[in-house]
Amino acid sequence: MTVPSPILQMTGITKAFPGVKALSNVDFRLFPGEVHALMGENGAGKSTLIKVLTGVYSIDEGKVTMEDKTISVSGPLEAQKVGISTVYQEVNLCPNLTVAENIFIGREPCKLGRIQWRRMNAEAEELLKERLNLSIDVAHPLQSYSVAIQQLVAIARALSISAKVLILDEPTSSLDQNEVKQMFAIMRKLKSEGLAILFVTHFLDQVYEMSDRLTVLRNGELEGEYLAAELPRFELVLKMIGKELKLLEELPKLSTEFKEEAGNKMITASGLGRKGAIAPFDLAIRKGEVVGLAGLLGSGRTELARLLFGADRPDEGTLTVETTGQTVKSPRHAIDQRIAFCSENRKTEGIIDDLTVRENIILALQATKGWFRPIPRKKQDEIAERYIRMLNIHPGNSEHLIKNLSGGNQQKVLLARWLLTEPELLILDEPTRGIDVGAKAEIQKLVLSLAKQGMAVLFISSEMEEVIRVSDRVAVLRDRRKVKELGGGQLTQQHIMEAMAGG
Amino acid sequence: MFLNRKYVPVLVTLGLLAAMFAAGSLRYTGFFSMQVLYNLLIDNSFLLITAVGMTFVILSGGIDLSVGSVIALTTMVCASLVEQNGWPPAVVIPMVLAMGSLFGALMGAIIHYFRIQPFIVTLAGMFLARGLCYVISIDTITIADPFYTRVAQTKISLPGGFVSINVLIALVVVLLAVYLAHYTRFGRKVYAIGGSEHSSLLMGLPVARTKILVYTLSGFCSSLAGVVFTFYMLSGYGLHAMGLELDTIAAVVIGGTLLTGGVGFIAGTFLGVLIQGVIQTIISFEGTLSSWWTKIVIGLLLFVFILFQRVLSERRISIKS
Repeated sequence: MTVPSPILQMTGITKAFPGVKALSNVDFRLFPGEVHALMGENGAGKSTLIKVLTGVYSIDEGKVTMEDKTISVSGPLEAQKVGISTVYQEVNLCPNLTVAENIFIGREPCKLGRIQWRRMNAEAEELLKERLNLSIDVAHPLQSYSVAIQQLVAIARALSISAKVLILDEPTSSLDQNEVKQMFAIMRKLKSEGLAILFVTHFLDQVYEMSDRLTVLRNGELEGEYLAAELPRFELVLKMIGKELKLLEELPKLSTEFKEEAGNKMITASGLGRKGAIAPFDLAIRKGEVVGLAGLLGSGRTELARLLFGADRPDEGTLTVETTGQTVKSPRHAIDQRIAFCSENRKTEGIIDDLTVRENIILALQATKGWFRPIPRKKQDEIAERYIRMLNIHPGNSEHLIKNLSGGNQQKVLLARWLLTEPELLILDEPTRGIDVGAKAEIQKLVLSLAKQGMAVLFISSEMEEVIRVSDRVAVLRDRRKVKELGGGQLTQQHIMEAMAGG
Repeated sequence: MFLNRKYVPVLVTLGLLAAMFAAGSLRYTGFFSMQVLYNLLIDNSFLLITAVGMTFVILSGGIDLSVGSVIALTTMVCASLVEQNGWPPAVVIPMVLAMGSLFGALMGAIIHYFRIQPFIVTLAGMFLARGLCYVISIDTITIADPFYTRVAQTKISLPGGFVSINVLIALVVVLLAVYLAHYTRFGRKVYAIGGSEHSSLLMGLPVARTKILVYTLSGFCSSLAGVVFTFYMLSGYGLHAMGLELDTIAAVVIGGTLLTGGVGFIAGTFLGVLIQGVIQTIISFEGTLSSWWTKIVIGLLLFVFILFQRVLSERRISIKS
């Protein structure tokens, strides 16, 4: 490929937020006629980089040049003016206006101050047809079309204000397969017309299908820029996660040997799936078994767990709780059948800051009893004391406000809350995120001892070592699909990474 | 099909108006005449003008509670300057129109730049304008100026009856508003902001200017309605147009404009005002009912329309997903 010079160049970009360095000394460039994928796990700095580029955030250090001229972008409008347009996953257009208006609003063709609707509609129709191969009635309100079409309209708007750089932020995450194909066809067409496209997606398959060049960020730093054709998938995943191949050695395993004959089944999903969340999968979890879920960010881990808990409704397939013979209709129904779900958003969905440790612990139990039959205070104290001792919660005072506890101890309180409902299946979504190493080890040990007592556990974590250490089996997800189930001797980082990278 | 659905609320309002008028005609002798129709316009021209301004405000996703008070203040200022100070109406009328516009612009600026709820800002504006009326006088000021009496008494003959100059003013306002809403960039920006203010900002629209202009327009319409009101009542009084803001909002909503903004038509508002007029007319023809029955019927109608809009918009969402 003969590439003259980059149309956009960012050098030495640094951006810090109070307490965090979101980007440090990052270089990034875009070439005309290329699709460039920006890769990285959670917290790598992808979205910060895009927001810096579109002027939502200001830059602390570094400079941006566009066509060899230094630019400083102070907002989305400014960015549009220099030729940088962004199409977000959640389309930022006005749903109540017509398609044509959404493309032209603010710049409608006018004669003596009178909008020329016919001309505007004709121009919109032509633009959509010429550049995007899309024939739709542009006089209909935008909201009458699918998200896919709405995104195309947003692209059309960007094109009509003569964008040179098009940023597509997760454009495919709410599209079905045919729509994705259509989107790709358009991206190829725009690329051949010389547009520089910055493509952000979690889907590895799509990255390799579409992009010419990759930039990998990790922890706010530049990991490297590669040509897609020269970087095998497996290495890409290694770079994103930050492991060198030679470091992939065996870790001490905490879990016991792979238990083929482990207890009776607790829950069985067969062909369970939900459009846009996760493709149909089969999964069985037995009593006394820890099943791990591994996969990159956005691979569908949480979505899978939410289906098992009844938080989302499946489109197809069946889910059976073997102990009761019933399916799961709602979270409430799941709790009644002894399923507990510790969500990954400890702060927003879990603990209640201004209640004490004791109050936080008894919350779920009280909820199952109904609020009109309060648990006697004496019993509450007993329960709180018991769990504080059992889970080794610090400080061991049940009347402390939970917001004053460390992350790890908050997580333990949350765990206690669910253990109190005596679950038979415990779903843990990122139980160790943001807590220190010692606390992590304690939670891992706790999970294993719970399994030993006969509880079934679904353990979700982005840290592969941890998943391997506690799980008897690991289900690997990629691009919203369960691709592999590994157990016994196969349960190594190497195998999991290969499955995560796929292809 | 989509186009049809866009017009459904307005068509429902039109059907309702026709049904009410037909029911009145069947029940009361003398109801079915052009003059009864003309009287609807004569008695509600000030409401119509106010409602046009309110429609723009609601389309942009806001609300303006100050309109009734601005009308009262306008009648007070007009009456006081013309009657007590002997100013010529040709000076007073442009002056009060400018005053109303400025009042609206100030409220719009406060709403936008200080990011305060329109509800609370215009509520403050409502108290302020109403209070200022009593600074001028706590009594009615009757207007006997020849210009005013001549305008009030002029009858413009039309087939089957006559209308007043007020009606002409109101109809011109409605026509201009339709043009403004659908054929100018300003009008489309109002719709865009009502649809999604966040998106409008990201699309680079001048949100601040448009929002301030919307409240300016509403202020202008209210003061023009105030001028029309002086032609209609020939007096200025601090208690004029009490609670009119609520009648206005009711007319706009019955006309099919969504309170969440972005959806609605000036034509719908026109029909909404006429429906309120028809209800009043029917109740006056009935004779035995107190005028409070108007409020009861309007209250019920509002319930029905809000529920109807909810159903419509929910169906829209379900089609979308």
